[in-house]
Amino acid sequence: MASVRLLVTRSGCTALKAITARTHVSYEVKDNVAVVRINDPTSKVNTLGRHMQAELVEVINEIWGNSAVKSAVLISSKPGSFIAGADLNMFQACKTAEEVSYLLQAGQKMFEQIEKSPIPFVAAINGSCLGGGLEFAIACQYRIATKSKKTILGTPEVMLGLLPGAGGTQRLPKMVGLPAAFDMMLTGRNIKADKAKKMGLVHQLVEPLGPGLKSAEERTIEYLEEVAVDFAKGLTGKKVTVEKKKGLMQKVQDFVMGLPPVRKQIYKTVHNKVMKQSKGLYPAPLKIIECVQTGIEKGNAAGYLSESENFGKLAMTSVSRALIGLFYGQVACKKNHFGQPEREVKKLAVLGAGLMGAGIAQVTIDKGVATILKDTTEEGLARGQQQVYKGLNDKTKKKSLTTFERDRIMSLLSGQLDYRGFENADMVIEAVFEDLSIKHKVVKEVEAVIPPHCIFATNTSALPIKDIAAASKRPEKLIGMHYFSPVDKMQLLEIITTSKTSKDTTASAVAVGLKQGKVIIVVGDGPGFYTTRCLAPMLAEAVRALQEGVGPKKLDSLTTGFGFPVGAATLADEVGIDVAAHVAEDLGKAFGTRFGGGNVEVLKMMVQKGFKGRKSGKGCYVYGAKSKEKKVNSGAEDILKSFKLTAPPAVSADEDIQYRLVSRFVNEAVLCLQEGILPDPVQGDIGAVFGLGFPPCLGGPFRFVDSYGADKLVQKMKHFEEAYGNQFTPCQLLLDHAKDSSKRFHK
Amino acid sequence: MSAPSKKTLAKPGVKNIVLVDGVRTPFLQSGTTYADLMPHDLARAALQGLLNRTGLPKDAVDYIVYGTVIQEVKTSNVAREAALGAGFSDKTPAHTVTMACISSNQAMTTAVGLIAAGQCDAVVAGGVEFMSDVPIRHSRKMRKTMLSLNKAKTLGARLSLLGSIRLAHLSPELPAVAEFSTAETMGHSADRLAAAFGVSRLEQDEFALRSHTLAKKAQDGGMLSDVISFKVPGRDIVSKDNGIRPATMEQLAKLKPAFIKPHGTVTAANSSFLTDGASAVLIMSEEKALAMGYKPKAYLRDFVYVSQDPKDQLLLGPTYATPKVLEKSGLTLNDIDVFEFHEAFAGQIMANLKAMESDWFAQTYMGRKTKVGAPPMEKFNTWGGSLSLGHPFAATGCRLVTTVAHRLQKEGGQYGLVAACAAGGQGHAMVIEAYPQ
Repeated sequence: MASVRLLVTRSGCTALKAITARTHVSYEVKDNVAVVRINDPTSKVNTLGRHMQAELVEVINEIWGNSAVKSAVLISSKPGSFIAGADLNMFQACKTAEEVSYLLQAGQKMFEQIEKSPIPFVAAINGSCLGGGLEFAIACQYRIATKSKKTILGTPEVMLGLLPGAGGTQRLPKMVGLPAAFDMMLTGRNIKADKAKKMGLVHQLVEPLGPGLKSAEERTIEYLEEVAVDFAKGLTGKKVTVEKKKGLMQKVQDFVMGLPPVRKQIYKTVHNKVMKQSKGLYPAPLKIIECVQTGIEKGNAAGYLSESENFGKLAMTSVSRALIGLFYGQVACKKNHFGQPEREVKKLAVLGAGLMGAGIAQVTIDKGVATILKDTTEEGLARGQQQVYKGLNDKTKKKSLTTFERDRIMSLLSGQLDYRGFENADMVIEAVFEDLSIKHKVVKEVEAVIPPHCIFATNTSALPIKDIAAASKRPEKLIGMHYFSPVDKMQLLEIITTSKTSKDTTASAVAVGLKQGKVIIVVGDGPGFYTTRCLAPMLAEAVRALQEGVGPKKLDSLTTGFGFPVGAATLADEVGIDVAAHVAEDLGKAFGTRFGGGNVEVLKMMVQKGFKGRKSGKGCYVYGAKSKEKKVNSGAEDILKSFKLTAPPAVSADEDIQYRLVSRFVNEAVLCLQEGILPDPVQGDIGAVFGLGFPPCLGGPFRFVDSYGADKLVQKMKHFEEAYGNQFTPCQLLLDHAKDSSKRFHK
Repeated sequence: MSAPSKKTLAKPGVKNIVLVDGVRTPFLQSGTTYADLMPHDLARAALQGLLNRTGLPKDAVDYIVYGTVIQEVKTSNVAREAALGAGFSDKTPAHTVTMACISSNQAMTTAVGLIAAGQCDAVVAGGVEFMSDVPIRHSRKMRKTMLSLNKAKTLGARLSLLGSIRLAHLSPELPAVAEFSTAETMGHSADRLAAAFGVSRLEQDEFALRSHTLAKKAQDGGMLSDVISFKVPGRDIVSKDNGIRPATMEQLAKLKPAFIKPHGTVTAANSSFLTDGASAVLIMSEEKALAMGYKPKAYLRDFVYVSQDPKDQLLLGPTYATPKVLEKSGLTLNDIDVFEFHEAFAGQIMANLKAMESDWFAQTYMGRKTKVGAPPMEKFNTWGGSLSLGHPFAATGCRLVTTVAHRLQKEGGQYGLVAACAAGGQGHAMVIEAYPQ
């Protein structure tokens, strides 16, 4: 046993070794079972950082040195978090790939020691068990998880442009089989406890308890520990066996996977699928496949080495930095920076039961807030209520909601045609037609019936809030809340404040948005605010490209090839050609020729012909038929032909078209920051990625400028400017950054 | 018999309502001697037993209320079918109530309400449960097909409907003792409840053994005088409960958990078993009872119904109901001489006792300043309980009330307390006062 102890790595713990009392990890011995409890006192979740790792190594060594200990239980004292992953700062502090690899190797060794431990380790999992946390758990001999909704297992590293680097790529395929392991690691999806049990990721489930003589949370952790200690004893006494009896299907699968040609085919299939979906822009998934393949085909040692080296390389990529930046940005945009609102919104009213209104109502009742959904016609209302019901009912089909919970949530929705109950509303969100005179009428009608404290929020994608507020008697209570469609799927909420909006109104709008589960950016007022304003020039450029003879399919492949999840032509269809026309015209008036490019008449003509996009069945493409291949709408092609422009050959190569689209987007974003519409680059990046689908691998327009280089971008734009004029004139802030390479939007 | 030393709970302006008498059929494990009957047969036996026991003229009854949980669809108003079959006047109306395991409590308090409101003077209340036969249904798909078949006009339409039947149509729907709202079976919830309150397997087995031991003693000592003999058609006369089986702790310890496997603590032996049985009581205004020459057994005083979270506090009804009903009556736990609590699971009883002993629970979940306290065991279910005597869901309430009355008489106490939990996260408690001897 001594030799085992000596093998355990002590890297990174020199400063903390011995003397100091342990703060993150503690243990006690119960009936020959060492119960190791982890609890990072500095955070809401446990992460594997240097400190935690050092203490763990110490404790594990002590346990191995104690002959009275026959087995061990690893558990977190934190409700809702087992171990949420490795400490990202630890990797970000590293200067080189080698440094990162070295850190990883320390982790790999620690887990390998646990895997080969002379006494069994039981991981008792309650709450998030992700990334390094899961890798720790699967190194243990036995895993018990609570069936709590908060218990999720997964390897989300791929979403940060990384890979499971502490043995995950080596152990998971053996544990759950090659296909399931690839699915976990390449999608990064969260797995609930009961699914994890079915997959063979955990051995045993424990039901979460209700309150007893202690709170439900506290008692559930205690109970999990009691059960885990029993199993630990059972493992020592050989009453519990780790091996699960394999079913026929499993045996067949194992046999098939044992055949090298079959495995080869799987690697190839998975590789092709990844290439198709990622367009080769994301290196992590390919590295994951490589690590798994190396481990299986060349053995553990090679596998571990490949894992740590590839992780180190990935950590140094701009893609990973971009994705990690988005992760932190998202965390920052899930906080209320405007303080606690004076009154909590307990009753909300939504005006207009259209796609947006019903969506807003759905995400509100879903979080337990009573909501009125008002429309002017019974048909409109019925359609909206059905949308809400369907949204919730789909969740019951996916089993994330019981039918009973669905009914309880639906009971919070009151569909109506009149203003009954508005006298008790704390907030009204209007989502009526985008027309200033209608909005004015609504403001006046609503203000006549709501109480003085009630906030009036307007959901518009382009109309300046101050213009809407002009009709209001209480502009300090008026604010813009720009939701994205479909509301229940899109994470972003853009909140727009005018110079008159009070801070409490903003705080309240943010609080409601956070409750609805949104990622929130708060921006200043102006035509198109931030998101719509960035999108409009890009769409104008897209229309120009279409007029120049780039077909919708080609346009889509150019944009997705750049990393946009949805191609520009498809995006226009999704947003709605009518909406696009509307926005293009409005913003064109407000900003002049800078927003020019494509001819607005193209869009108008399409609307006239009924080509409003997906909702009308025809746009750039034809929808409806169930065939997989989308067909280009020949009617739209005819319109484009009638507006044909000649493409200047100097700026019409594929890459040119991509950069024409992106540079206009980026320039407008930077201008928004320059003008103070945007408070900071972080919110700019989050808004662009989560609201408009800016390529996540680039991390948002501002991070893109940093990593691509402002000078290079300005150079390109000047080249385009020569051909097209002021639509490509770089803004001052961009020029400043181009002049001085030390200027960066992100540190 | 000592004379009551404590005050009476009579309230000015409130009618005194009395329990004249109560009876029940023997409670039998389902699938045994009653197996071939129908629910209303059992109810009939209890009603006839009550008539025999009290000598009540059949037309003296103003109203009949009966409880049942698992409904036989042919006799959905089982109260009326049983009353007619038992020879009550066809001029006596009857209705059926349902409130899970407190259905006959609901029947009794409905009777109390009718009398208190001055609408009736003599009401028979009771409950019946018949678990030997339960409605097993065709699947919804199959039912839909069969109903459409009725409407199909042509042979072709009928054939095409028949042709649409798939194997999946044929799998039947079985009733489960599970919450509709949470889809959790009651045993599962009981196991979680026991764990939440840290009730050990040993404590549960000990309590189950106590229940069986006390029930056996009461049966052998002739205490269970509410049980009537019943000649089952085609079978022998039944006159004893058949689920009382005192075992040893070792035997109990051998059983595997029945619901949460493998680490749960609720087993078949420390849970109440599926039971067939019926009960009935005669409730009257005091004046009417005295006028008819009866010597009532007890006053039915304050009662409450409570409800709480059906997921995590499904079976905590007694904890919530007890302090509330005591407060209503102006009593404390110490004033109570006789406790009869429904024993759904040993773990459920132990969890309730622990909850009642906890200030933290009272303050955090019940909005009370202090705990109510746990009943002393020497006063608690001393003639056995649902774990041993059996638990025909809707018949248990009347058994509890009649037992309190009988124990008060035997032991010379003045106040008794009935408490029970029920599916749906509901509960009930009633204070009963001995009738002066």
